[in-house]
Amino acid sequence: MVQSEVINVSNLDLTFETGDGPVHALKNVDLKVNKGDFVSFIGPSGCGKTTLLRVLADLDEPTAGEVTVNGVSPREAREARAYGYVFQAAGLYPWRNVAANVKLPLEIMGYSKEEQLKRVKKVLDLVELTGFENKYPWQLSGGMQQRASIARALAFDADILFMDEPFGALDEIVRDHLNKQLLELWKSTNKTICFVTHSIPEAVYLSTKIVVMSPRPGRIVDIIDSNLPSDRPLEIRDSKDFIEISQRVREGLRAGHSDE
Amino acid sequence: MKYLKELEKGCEQVTVMNKRLRIGSDNKILPVICIITFIIIIWYGFSIVLNAPWEFDKAKRNSITLSKTELVSQTWSQKRPKLPTPHQVAKEMWDTTINKKITSKRSLVYHGLITFYETIYGFAFGTGLGILLALGIVYNRATAMSVMPWIITSQTIPILAIAPMIVVALGSAGFSGLMPIVIISMYLSFFPVVVGMVKGLKSPEQLDIDQMKTWSASKSQVLFKLRAPKSTPYLFTSLKLGMAASLVGAIVGELPSGGGGGLGFRMLSGSTFGNTLHIWSGLFSAAILAGSLIAIIGVIQRIVLKRMALET
Repeated sequence: MVQSEVINVSNLDLTFETGDGPVHALKNVDLKVNKGDFVSFIGPSGCGKTTLLRVLADLDEPTAGEVTVNGVSPREAREARAYGYVFQAAGLYPWRNVAANVKLPLEIMGYSKEEQLKRVKKVLDLVELTGFENKYPWQLSGGMQQRASIARALAFDADILFMDEPFGALDEIVRDHLNKQLLELWKSTNKTICFVTHSIPEAVYLSTKIVVMSPRPGRIVDIIDSNLPSDRPLEIRDSKDFIEISQRVREGLRAGHSDE
Repeated sequence: MKYLKELEKGCEQVTVMNKRLRIGSDNKILPVICIITFIIIIWYGFSIVLNAPWEFDKAKRNSITLSKTELVSQTWSQKRPKLPTPHQVAKEMWDTTINKKITSKRSLVYHGLITFYETIYGFAFGTGLGILLALGIVYNRATAMSVMPWIITSQTIPILAIAPMIVVALGSAGFSGLMPIVIISMYLSFFPVVVGMVKGLKSPEQLDIDQMKTWSASKSQVLFKLRAPKSTPYLFTSLKLGMAASLVGAIVGELPSGGGGGLGFRMLSGSTFGNTLHIWSGLFSAAILAGSLIAIIGVIQRIVLKRMALET
Protein backbone atom coordinates (compact mmCIF):
# COMPACT_ATOMS: atom_id res chain seq x y z
CA MET A 1 0.00 0.00 0.00
CA VAL A 2 1.40 3.37 -0.98
CA GLN A 3 0.82 5.92 1.72
CA SER A 4 1.31 9.57 1.04
CA GLU A 5 3.94 11.18 3.16
CA VAL A 6 2.89 14.34 4.99
CA ILE A 7 5.93 15.10 7.11
CA ASN A 8 9.50 14.17 6.40
CA VAL A 9 12.31 15.09 8.77
CA SER A 10 15.88 14.03 8.13
CA ASN A 11 19.01 14.80 10.09
CA LEU A 12 17.38 17.65 11.92
CA ASP A 13 19.58 19.58 14.31
CA LEU A 14 18.65 22.57 16.40
CA THR A 15 20.84 24.51 18.78
CA PHE A 16 19.57 27.50 20.75
CA GLU A 17 22.07 30.18 21.60
CA THR A 18 21.34 31.25 25.16
CA GLY A 19 23.07 33.42 27.70
CA ASP A 20 24.47 30.29 29.35
CA GLY A 21 25.94 29.02 26.09
CA PRO A 22 24.42 26.87 23.36
CA VAL A 23 21.64 24.40 24.17
CA HIS A 24 21.43 21.39 21.91
CA ALA A 25 17.66 21.04 21.69
CA LEU A 26 17.40 18.50 18.86
CA LYS A 27 20.01 16.16 17.46
CA ASN A 28 19.87 13.87 14.40
CA VAL A 29 16.11 13.65 14.27
CA ASP A 30 14.67 11.50 11.48
CA LEU A 31 10.95 11.06 11.16
CA LYS A 32 8.32 10.22 8.58
CA VAL A 33 4.64 10.82 9.14
CA ASN A 34 2.03 9.49 6.73
CA LYS A 35 -1.31 10.95 5.93
CA GLY A 36 -3.90 10.07 8.53
CA ASP A 37 -1.36 9.12 11.18
CA PHE A 38 -1.87 10.00 14.79
CA VAL A 39 1.65 10.56 16.06
CA SER A 40 2.47 11.19 19.70
CA PHE A 41 5.74 12.66 20.86
CA ILE A 42 6.51 11.57 24.38
CA GLY A 43 9.47 12.24 26.64
CA PRO A 44 10.54 14.05 29.78
CA SER A 45 10.59 17.83 29.82
CA GLY A 46 13.54 19.26 27.95
CA CYS A 47 13.62 16.44 25.41
CA GLY A 48 12.71 18.79 22.59
CA LYS A 49 9.28 17.38 21.77
CA THR A 50 7.65 20.79 21.78
CA THR A 51 10.60 22.24 19.86
CA LEU A 52 10.21 19.55 17.20
CA LEU A 53 6.54 20.43 16.84
CA ARG A 54 7.43 24.12 16.64
CA VAL A 55 9.95 23.39 13.89
CA LEU A 56 7.30 21.53 11.91
CA ALA A 57 5.01 24.55 12.38
CA ASP A 58 7.75 27.04 11.40
CA LEU A 59 7.70 28.66 14.82
CA ASP A 60 11.36 27.71 15.36
CA GLU A 61 14.05 27.30 12.72
CA PRO A 62 16.33 24.26 12.58
CA THR A 63 20.09 24.76 12.60
CA ALA A 64 20.64 21.94 10.13
CA GLY A 65 18.72 19.20 8.34
CA GLU A 66 15.80 18.84 5.99
CA VAL A 67 12.16 19.29 6.94
CA THR A 68 9.21 19.09 4.60
CA VAL A 69 5.54 19.43 5.45
CA ASN A 70 3.13 18.49 2.67
CA GLY A 71 6.15 18.29 0.41
CA VAL A 72 7.19 21.90 0.95
CA SER A 73 9.18 23.79 3.59
CA PRO A 74 7.47 24.42 6.96
CA ARG A 75 7.36 28.11 6.09
CA GLU A 76 5.52 27.54 2.83
CA ALA A 77 3.22 25.07 4.58
CA ARG A 78 2.45 27.66 7.26
CA GLU A 79 1.80 30.33 4.69
CA ALA A 80 -0.49 27.93 2.83
CA ARG A 81 -2.31 27.45 6.17
CA ALA A 82 -1.66 23.73 5.99
CA TYR A 83 -2.02 23.09 9.71
CA GLY A 84 -3.95 24.03 12.82
CA TYR A 85 -1.98 24.41 16.05
CA VAL A 86 -3.38 23.85 19.53
CA PHE A 87 -1.20 25.28 22.28
CA GLN A 88 -0.82 24.12 25.85
CA ALA A 89 -2.90 27.07 27.03
CA ALA A 90 -6.20 27.70 25.30
CA GLY A 91 -5.16 31.25 24.39
CA LEU A 92 -8.70 32.46 23.84
CA TYR A 93 -9.22 36.22 23.60
CA PRO A 94 -11.12 37.40 26.66
CA TRP A 95 -12.86 40.15 24.67
CA ARG A 96 -14.31 37.66 22.20
CA ASN A 97 -17.02 35.14 22.97
CA VAL A 98 -16.60 31.49 21.98
CA ALA A 99 -18.05 31.89 18.48
CA ALA A 100 -15.97 35.01 17.81
CA ASN A 101 -12.83 33.28 19.06
CA VAL A 102 -13.38 30.34 16.73
CA LYS A 103 -14.13 32.80 13.93
CA LEU A 104 -10.85 34.67 14.43
CA PRO A 105 -8.62 32.60 12.10
CA LEU A 106 -11.41 32.62 9.51
CA GLU A 107 -11.52 36.43 9.64
CA ILE A 108 -7.76 36.54 9.24
CA MET A 109 -7.87 34.16 6.30
CA GLY A 110 -10.58 36.17 4.61
CA TYR A 111 -13.48 33.74 4.57
CA SER A 112 -16.87 35.20 3.66
CA LYS A 113 -19.27 36.04 6.47
CA GLU A 114 -21.60 33.19 5.52
CA GLU A 115 -18.77 30.69 5.32
CA GLN A 116 -17.51 31.89 8.72
CA LEU A 117 -20.89 31.28 10.36
CA LYS A 118 -21.25 27.90 8.72
CA ARG A 119 -17.81 26.72 9.78
CA VAL A 120 -18.09 28.03 13.34
CA LYS A 121 -21.35 26.16 13.76
CA LYS A 122 -19.83 22.99 12.31
CA VAL A 123 -16.67 22.90 14.44
CA LEU A 124 -18.46 23.90 17.65
CA ASP A 125 -20.77 20.99 17.00
CA LEU A 126 -17.71 18.76 16.46
CA VAL A 127 -16.25 19.62 19.87
CA GLU A 128 -19.69 19.55 21.52
CA LEU A 129 -19.81 23.23 22.38
CA THR A 130 -23.07 24.03 20.62
CA GLY A 131 -25.08 26.36 22.81
CA PHE A 132 -21.99 28.07 24.21
CA GLU A 133 -21.45 30.41 21.26
CA ASN A 134 -22.16 33.55 23.25
CA LYS A 135 -20.26 32.60 26.39
CA TYR A 136 -17.01 34.36 27.17
CA PRO A 137 -13.85 32.38 27.99
CA TRP A 138 -14.01 33.19 31.70
CA GLN A 139 -17.45 31.61 31.83
CA LEU A 140 -16.08 28.26 30.62
CA SER A 141 -14.28 25.48 32.48
CA GLY A 142 -10.68 24.66 31.54
CA GLY A 143 -11.78 21.65 29.51
CA MET A 144 -14.35 23.67 27.60
CA GLN A 145 -11.79 26.40 26.89
CA GLN A 146 -9.43 23.82 25.46
CA ARG A 147 -12.25 22.38 23.34
CA ALA A 148 -12.98 25.87 22.02
CA SER A 149 -9.29 26.20 21.24
CA ILE A 150 -9.38 22.90 19.30
CA ALA A 151 -12.49 24.06 17.45
CA ARG A 152 -10.59 27.21 16.47
CA ALA A 153 -7.69 25.13 15.13
CA LEU A 154 -10.15 22.98 13.15
CA ALA A 155 -12.20 25.87 11.79
CA PHE A 156 -10.17 26.39 8.64
CA ASP A 157 -10.07 22.65 7.99
CA ALA A 158 -6.33 22.17 7.56
CA ASP A 159 -5.25 18.57 6.93
CA ILE A 160 -2.68 18.60 9.72
CA LEU A 161 -3.29 19.27 13.38
CA PHE A 162 -0.40 20.02 15.73
CA MET A 163 -1.24 19.73 19.42
CA ASP A 164 1.20 20.70 22.14
CA GLU A 165 0.11 19.09 25.42
CA PRO A 166 -3.39 20.45 24.93
CA PHE A 167 -4.79 18.55 27.93
CA GLY A 168 -1.74 18.91 30.18
CA ALA A 169 -3.43 21.30 32.58
CA LEU A 170 -6.66 19.34 32.92
CA ASP A 171 -7.68 16.76 35.49
CA GLU A 172 -7.66 13.08 34.59
CA ILE A 173 -11.41 12.62 34.19
CA VAL A 174 -11.79 15.55 31.82
CA ARG A 175 -8.67 14.43 30.02
CA ASP A 176 -10.07 10.90 29.43
CA HIS A 177 -13.24 12.39 28.04
CA LEU A 178 -11.39 14.77 25.73
CA ASN A 179 -9.04 12.01 24.56
CA LYS A 180 -12.04 9.96 23.55
CA GLN A 181 -13.57 12.91 21.74
CA LEU A 182 -10.29 13.63 20.00
CA LEU A 183 -10.02 10.07 18.71
CA GLU A 184 -13.54 10.23 17.33
CA LEU A 185 -12.78 13.55 15.73
CA TRP A 186 -9.60 12.20 14.18
CA LYS A 187 -11.44 9.18 12.77
CA SER A 188 -14.26 11.25 11.31
CA THR A 189 -11.99 13.88 9.74
CA ASN A 190 -9.03 11.70 8.71
CA LYS A 191 -6.58 14.43 9.68
CA THR A 192 -2.91 13.88 10.38
CA ILE A 193 -2.32 14.69 14.04
CA CYS A 194 0.99 15.33 15.80
CA PHE A 195 0.44 15.30 19.52
CA VAL A 196 2.93 16.22 22.23
CA THR A 197 2.39 14.69 25.65
CA HIS A 198 4.22 13.45 28.71
CA SER A 199 1.58 10.94 29.67
CA ILE A 200 2.24 7.34 28.62
CA PRO A 201 -1.41 6.17 28.73
CA GLU A 202 -2.48 9.20 26.73
CA ALA A 203 0.14 8.57 24.06
CA VAL A 204 -0.65 4.87 23.78
CA TYR A 205 -4.40 5.38 23.84
CA LEU A 206 -4.42 7.95 21.07
CA SER A 207 -1.64 7.09 18.68
CA THR A 208 -0.95 4.99 15.64
CA LYS A 209 2.71 5.90 16.04
CA ILE A 210 4.53 6.80 19.24
CA VAL A 211 7.79 8.73 19.07
CA VAL A 212 9.80 8.32 22.28
CA MET A 213 12.31 11.09 22.90
CA SER A 214 15.08 11.73 25.41
CA PRO A 215 16.76 14.92 26.60
CA ARG A 216 20.20 16.54 26.43
CA PRO A 217 20.48 16.54 23.50
CA GLY A 218 16.89 16.02 22.41
CA ARG A 219 16.67 12.98 20.16
CA ILE A 220 14.41 10.13 19.16
CA VAL A 221 15.15 6.86 21.00
CA ASP A 222 12.29 4.74 19.70
CA ILE A 223 9.44 4.87 17.23
CA ILE A 224 6.62 2.45 18.01
CA ASP A 225 3.90 1.60 15.50
CA SER A 226 0.82 0.77 17.51
CA ASN A 227 -1.18 -2.29 16.52
CA LEU A 228 -4.20 -1.35 18.60
CA PRO A 229 -7.50 -1.43 16.68
CA SER A 230 -8.78 1.89 15.42
CA ASP A 231 -11.88 1.47 17.54
CA ARG A 232 -10.68 2.21 21.05
CA PRO A 233 -13.04 2.29 24.00
CA LEU A 234 -11.44 3.64 27.21
CA GLU A 235 -11.38 0.04 28.55
CA ILE A 236 -8.76 -0.84 25.96
CA ARG A 237 -6.26 0.51 28.44
CA ASP A 238 -6.61 -2.71 30.43
CA SER A 239 -5.88 -4.94 27.42
CA LYS A 240 -2.68 -6.95 27.00
CA ASP A 241 -1.63 -5.13 23.83
CA PHE A 242 -2.07 -1.76 25.47
CA ILE A 243 0.05 -2.76 28.45
CA GLU A 244 2.75 -4.18 26.21
CA ILE A 245 3.02 -0.99 24.18
CA SER A 246 3.06 1.06 27.39
CA GLN A 247 5.94 -1.06 28.65
CA ARG A 248 7.88 -0.53 25.48
CA VAL A 249 7.37 3.22 25.77
CA ARG A 250 8.50 3.12 29.38
CA GLU A 251 11.59 1.13 28.46
CA GLY A 252 12.41 3.66 25.75
CA LEU A 253 12.09 6.51 28.22
CA ARG A 254 14.26 4.70 30.75
CA ALA A 255 16.92 3.85 28.14
CA GLY A 256 17.05 7.47 27.08
CA HIS A 257 17.49 8.50 30.67
CA SER A 258 20.30 6.05 31.53
CA ASP A 259 22.36 7.39 28.64
CA GLU A 260 23.28 10.44 30.66
CA MET B 1 -36.89 28.38 74.10
CA LYS B 2 -37.75 31.97 74.84
CA TYR B 3 -34.13 32.70 75.53
CA LEU B 4 -33.12 31.19 72.18
CA LYS B 5 -35.66 33.27 70.29
CA GLU B 6 -34.42 36.44 71.89
CA LEU B 7 -30.87 35.50 71.07
CA GLU B 8 -31.91 34.99 67.44
CA LYS B 9 -33.61 38.36 67.40
CA GLY B 10 -30.52 39.95 68.85
CA CYS B 11 -28.35 38.38 66.19
CA GLU B 12 -30.63 39.67 63.46
CA GLN B 13 -30.40 43.16 64.86
CA VAL B 14 -26.64 42.94 64.93
CA THR B 15 -26.52 41.89 61.27
CA VAL B 16 -28.86 44.72 60.32
CA MET B 17 -26.66 47.16 62.20
CA ASN B 18 -23.56 45.74 60.60
CA LYS B 19 -25.12 46.19 57.19
CA ARG B 20 -25.98 49.79 57.99
CA LEU B 21 -22.49 50.52 59.25
CA ARG B 22 -20.95 48.90 56.21
CA ILE B 23 -22.74 51.29 53.86
CA GLY B 24 -20.41 54.01 55.04
CA SER B 25 -17.18 52.04 54.82
CA ASP B 26 -18.04 50.24 51.57
CA ASN B 27 -18.78 53.43 49.72
CA LYS B 28 -15.71 55.09 51.16
CA ILE B 29 -17.86 58.15 51.77
CA LEU B 30 -17.22 58.29 55.48
CA PRO B 31 -13.40 58.48 55.26
CA VAL B 32 -13.63 61.08 52.49
CA ILE B 33 -15.98 63.22 54.57
CA CYS B 34 -13.66 62.86 57.57
CA ILE B 35 -10.64 64.04 55.59
CA ILE B 36 -12.51 66.96 54.03
CA THR B 37 -13.83 68.06 57.41
CA PHE B 38 -10.33 67.85 58.83
CA ILE B 39 -8.90 69.95 55.98
CA ILE B 40 -11.64 72.58 56.35
CA ILE B 41 -11.02 72.89 60.08
CA ILE B 42 -7.27 73.35 59.52
CA TRP B 43 -8.01 75.82 56.75
CA TYR B 44 -10.22 77.99 59.00
CA GLY B 45 -7.52 77.82 61.64
CA PHE B 46 -4.86 79.05 59.24
CA SER B 47 -7.20 81.77 58.00
CA ILE B 48 -7.18 83.15 61.51
CA VAL B 49 -3.43 82.81 61.96
CA LEU B 50 -2.46 84.29 58.59
CA ASN B 51 -5.02 87.11 58.52
CA ALA B 52 -4.63 88.12 62.17
CA PRO B 53 -1.55 90.42 61.85
CA TRP B 54 -3.48 92.76 59.59
CA GLU B 55 -6.38 92.90 62.08
CA PHE B 56 -3.97 93.54 64.95
CA ASP B 57 -2.32 96.38 62.97
CA LYS B 58 -5.71 97.91 62.23
CA ALA B 59 -6.76 97.63 65.89
CA LYS B 60 -3.48 99.16 67.00
CA ARG B 61 -3.94 102.12 64.66
CA ASN B 62 -7.44 102.71 66.02
CA SER B 63 -6.23 102.04 69.58
CA ILE B 64 -8.72 99.29 70.34
CA THR B 65 -8.24 95.80 71.66
CA LEU B 66 -9.91 92.93 69.88
CA SER B 67 -11.88 90.29 71.69
CA LYS B 68 -11.35 86.71 70.54
CA THR B 69 -14.74 86.49 68.80
CA GLU B 70 -14.14 89.80 67.05
CA LEU B 71 -10.75 88.62 65.85
CA VAL B 72 -12.17 85.41 64.48
CA SER B 73 -15.13 87.01 62.73
CA GLN B 74 -12.94 89.73 61.22
CA THR B 75 -10.16 87.43 60.01
CA TRP B 76 -12.81 85.27 58.35
CA SER B 77 -14.39 88.16 56.46
CA GLN B 78 -11.57 90.32 55.15
CA LYS B 79 -11.95 91.87 51.71
CA ARG B 80 -8.37 91.05 50.72
CA PRO B 81 -7.33 88.21 52.99
CA LYS B 82 -3.93 86.53 52.90
CA LEU B 83 -5.78 83.23 53.11
CA PRO B 84 -9.48 83.41 52.25
CA THR B 85 -11.79 81.05 54.10
CA PRO B 86 -13.56 78.19 52.29
CA HIS B 87 -16.88 79.99 52.43
CA GLN B 88 -15.33 83.12 50.91
CA VAL B 89 -13.87 81.05 48.09
CA ALA B 90 -17.21 79.32 47.59
CA LYS B 91 -19.00 82.67 47.49
CA GLU B 92 -16.44 84.08 45.03
CA MET B 93 -16.87 81.05 42.78
CA TRP B 94 -20.64 81.33 42.96
CA ASP B 95 -20.51 85.05 42.12
CA THR B 96 -18.15 84.63 39.21
CA THR B 97 -19.92 81.68 37.64
CA ILE B 98 -23.62 82.26 38.20
CA ASN B 99 -23.84 86.02 38.58
CA LYS B 100 -21.56 87.03 35.70
CA LYS B 101 -22.19 86.84 31.98
CA ILE B 102 -20.15 84.07 30.36
CA THR B 103 -18.69 86.59 27.94
CA SER B 104 -17.42 88.76 30.78
CA LYS B 105 -13.71 88.60 31.53
CA ARG B 106 -14.65 88.47 35.19
CA SER B 107 -16.56 85.22 34.69
CA LEU B 108 -14.91 81.99 35.78
CA VAL B 109 -16.93 80.18 33.12
CA TYR B 110 -15.31 82.40 30.48
CA HIS B 111 -11.82 81.56 31.72
CA GLY B 112 -12.74 77.94 32.36
CA LEU B 113 -13.96 77.49 28.79
CA ILE B 114 -10.70 78.88 27.40
CA THR B 115 -8.68 76.46 29.53
CA PHE B 116 -11.10 73.67 28.62
CA TYR B 117 -10.54 74.13 24.88
CA GLU B 118 -6.77 74.37 25.28
CA THR B 119 -6.83 71.20 27.37
CA ILE B 120 -9.04 69.25 24.97
CA TYR B 121 -7.00 70.20 21.90
CA GLY B 122 -3.72 69.52 23.69
CA PHE B 123 -5.12 66.21 24.92
CA ALA B 124 -6.34 65.19 21.46
CA PHE B 125 -3.07 66.03 19.72
CA GLY B 126 -1.02 64.61 22.59
CA THR B 127 -2.95 61.33 22.51
CA GLY B 128 -2.58 61.10 18.75
CA LEU B 129 1.12 61.81 18.90
CA GLY B 130 1.54 59.40 21.81
CA ILE B 131 -0.18 56.53 19.99
CA LEU B 132 1.82 57.17 16.80
CA LEU B 133 5.09 57.18 18.72
CA ALA B 134 4.09 54.04 20.59
CA LEU B 135 3.33 52.26 17.30
CA GLY B 136 6.69 53.40 15.94
CA ILE B 137 8.49 52.17 19.02
CA VAL B 138 6.73 48.79 19.06
CA TYR B 139 7.04 48.09 15.35
CA ASN B 140 10.39 49.61 14.51
CA ARG B 141 13.57 48.98 16.42
CA ALA B 142 15.29 51.98 14.91
CA THR B 143 12.49 54.25 16.09
CA ALA B 144 12.61 52.70 19.52
CA MET B 145 16.36 53.28 19.81
CA SER B 146 16.38 56.79 18.36
CA VAL B 147 13.18 58.30 19.74
CA MET B 148 12.90 56.86 23.23
CA PRO B 149 15.84 58.79 24.76
CA TRP B 150 14.42 62.04 23.40
CA ILE B 151 11.00 61.27 24.79
CA ILE B 152 12.47 60.70 28.23
CA THR B 153 14.67 63.79 27.97
CA SER B 154 11.71 65.92 26.92
CA GLN B 155 10.04 65.17 30.23
CA THR B 156 13.06 65.95 32.39
CA ILE B 157 13.09 69.58 31.25
CA PRO B 158 10.91 71.73 33.51
CA ILE B 159 7.93 72.79 31.46
CA LEU B 160 7.89 76.19 33.19
CA ALA B 161 11.31 76.89 31.67
CA ILE B 162 10.47 76.08 28.08
CA ALA B 163 6.86 77.29 28.01
CA PRO B 164 7.92 80.96 27.51
CA MET B 165 10.36 79.89 24.79
CA ILE B 166 7.63 78.05 22.92
CA VAL B 167 5.29 81.03 23.24
CA VAL B 168 7.95 83.46 22.03
CA ALA B 169 9.22 81.24 19.23
CA LEU B 170 5.76 80.46 17.89
CA GLY B 171 4.70 84.07 18.40
CA SER B 172 7.53 85.32 16.23
CA ALA B 173 6.59 82.72 13.63
CA GLY B 174 3.15 84.28 13.53
CA PHE B 175 1.32 81.79 15.72
CA SER B 176 -0.32 83.26 18.77
CA GLY B 177 -3.43 82.75 20.82
CA LEU B 178 -4.54 79.15 21.40
CA MET B 179 -1.87 77.44 19.34
CA PRO B 180 1.26 77.79 21.53
CA ILE B 181 -0.71 76.78 24.60
CA VAL B 182 -2.13 73.72 22.86
CA ILE B 183 1.42 72.74 21.93
CA ILE B 184 2.63 73.06 25.51
CA SER B 185 -0.37 71.03 26.68
CA MET B 186 0.40 68.38 24.04
CA TYR B 187 4.04 68.37 25.09
CA LEU B 188 3.02 67.19 28.55
CA SER B 189 0.19 64.86 27.64
CA PHE B 190 1.80 62.70 24.95
CA PHE B 191 4.24 61.18 27.43
CA PRO B 192 1.93 59.03 29.57
CA VAL B 193 0.20 57.89 26.38
CA VAL B 194 3.51 56.75 24.81
CA VAL B 195 4.58 54.90 27.94
CA GLY B 196 1.18 53.28 28.52
CA MET B 197 0.60 52.32 24.91
CA VAL B 198 4.06 50.84 24.40
CA LYS B 199 3.35 48.65 27.39
CA GLY B 200 -0.17 47.89 26.15
CA LEU B 201 0.82 47.07 22.58
CA LYS B 202 3.52 44.80 23.91
CA SER B 203 1.19 43.10 26.37
CA PRO B 204 0.25 40.11 24.16
CA GLU B 205 2.21 37.08 25.28
CA GLN B 206 4.51 34.99 23.09
CA LEU B 207 1.72 32.42 22.82
CA ASP B 208 -0.65 35.00 21.33
CA ILE B 209 1.97 36.09 18.82
CA ASP B 210 2.87 32.49 17.88
CA GLN B 211 -0.78 31.70 17.43
CA MET B 212 -1.18 34.61 15.02
CA LYS B 213 1.87 33.34 13.17
CA THR B 214 0.35 29.86 12.73
CA TRP B 215 -2.55 31.57 10.94
CA SER B 216 -0.10 33.58 8.81
CA ALA B 217 -1.73 36.80 10.00
CA SER B 218 -0.44 40.04 8.50
CA LYS B 219 1.13 42.75 10.65
CA SER B 220 -1.97 44.92 10.48
CA GLN B 221 -4.18 41.98 11.45
CA VAL B 222 -2.00 41.31 14.49
CA LEU B 223 -2.31 45.00 15.36
CA PHE B 224 -6.05 45.36 14.96
CA LYS B 225 -7.17 41.94 16.14
CA LEU B 226 -4.71 41.35 18.96
CA ARG B 227 -2.50 44.27 20.04
CA ALA B 228 -5.08 47.04 19.86
CA PRO B 229 -7.88 45.29 21.77
CA LYS B 230 -5.42 43.90 24.29
CA SER B 231 -4.02 47.39 24.96
CA THR B 232 -7.41 49.02 25.57
CA PRO B 233 -7.20 48.93 29.37
CA TYR B 234 -3.72 50.50 29.15
CA LEU B 235 -5.08 53.17 26.81
CA PHE B 236 -7.66 54.35 29.30
CA THR B 237 -5.15 54.55 32.14
CA SER B 238 -2.91 56.59 29.83
CA LEU B 239 -5.77 58.84 28.79
CA LYS B 240 -6.56 59.70 32.41
CA LEU B 241 -2.95 60.64 33.11
CA GLY B 242 -2.74 62.45 29.77
CA MET B 243 -5.83 64.50 30.52
CA ALA B 244 -4.45 65.66 33.86
CA ALA B 245 -1.14 66.52 32.19
CA SER B 246 -2.95 68.42 29.41
CA LEU B 247 -4.69 70.63 31.95
CA VAL B 248 -1.45 71.38 33.76
CA GLY B 249 0.12 72.16 30.37
CA ALA B 250 -2.72 74.48 29.43
CA ILE B 251 -2.48 76.40 32.70
CA VAL B 252 1.31 76.65 32.55
CA GLY B 253 1.05 77.74 28.92
CA GLU B 254 -1.34 80.55 29.81
CA LEU B 255 1.13 82.13 32.24
CA PRO B 256 3.68 83.48 29.73
CA SER B 257 1.05 84.04 27.01
CA GLY B 258 -0.61 86.88 28.86
CA GLY B 259 -3.84 88.57 27.97
CA GLY B 260 -5.55 85.59 26.46
CA GLY B 261 -7.49 84.53 29.48
CA GLY B 262 -7.97 81.12 31.02
CA LEU B 263 -7.79 79.82 34.55
CA GLY B 264 -3.99 80.08 34.64
CA PHE B 265 -4.18 83.68 33.49
CA ARG B 266 -6.84 84.35 36.13
CA MET B 267 -4.60 82.90 38.86
CA LEU B 268 -1.59 84.85 37.60
CA SER B 269 -3.49 88.14 37.54
CA GLY B 270 -4.85 87.35 41.01
CA SER B 271 -1.29 86.85 42.17
CA THR B 272 -0.09 90.05 40.46
CA PHE B 273 -2.80 92.19 42.06
CA GLY B 274 -2.72 90.38 45.38
CA ASN B 275 -6.25 89.07 44.97
CA THR B 276 -6.08 85.74 46.72
CA LEU B 277 -9.76 85.06 46.08
CA HIS B 278 -9.05 84.99 42.35
CA ILE B 279 -6.18 82.59 42.89
CA TRP B 280 -8.12 80.19 45.05
CA SER B 281 -11.27 80.27 42.95
CA GLY B 282 -9.16 79.69 39.82
CA LEU B 283 -7.38 76.84 41.53
CA PHE B 284 -10.58 75.13 42.54
CA SER B 285 -12.10 75.63 39.11
CA ALA B 286 -9.06 73.97 37.55
CA ALA B 287 -9.37 71.08 40.02
CA ILE B 288 -13.06 70.68 39.28
CA LEU B 289 -12.40 70.83 35.53
CA ALA B 290 -9.67 68.18 35.75
CA GLY B 291 -11.80 66.00 38.00
CA SER B 292 -14.77 66.17 35.65
CA LEU B 293 -12.73 65.44 32.52
CA ILE B 294 -11.05 62.45 34.15
CA ALA B 295 -14.41 61.24 35.48
CA ILE B 296 -15.80 61.36 31.93
CA ILE B 297 -12.92 59.19 30.71
CA GLY B 298 -13.60 56.86 33.64
CA VAL B 299 -17.23 56.47 32.59
CA ILE B 300 -16.26 55.79 28.96
CA GLN B 301 -13.65 53.32 30.21
CA ARG B 302 -16.21 51.38 32.19
CA ILE B 303 -18.67 51.26 29.31
CA VAL B 304 -16.05 50.20 26.75
CA LEU B 305 -14.36 47.59 28.94
CA LYS B 306 -17.71 46.18 29.94
CA ARG B 307 -18.74 45.89 26.30
CA MET B 308 -15.43 44.20 25.52
CA ALA B 309 -16.06 41.82 28.44
CA LEU B 310 -12.71 42.84 29.91
CA GLU B 311 -14.43 44.06 33.04
CA THR B 312 -17.49 42.66 34.71
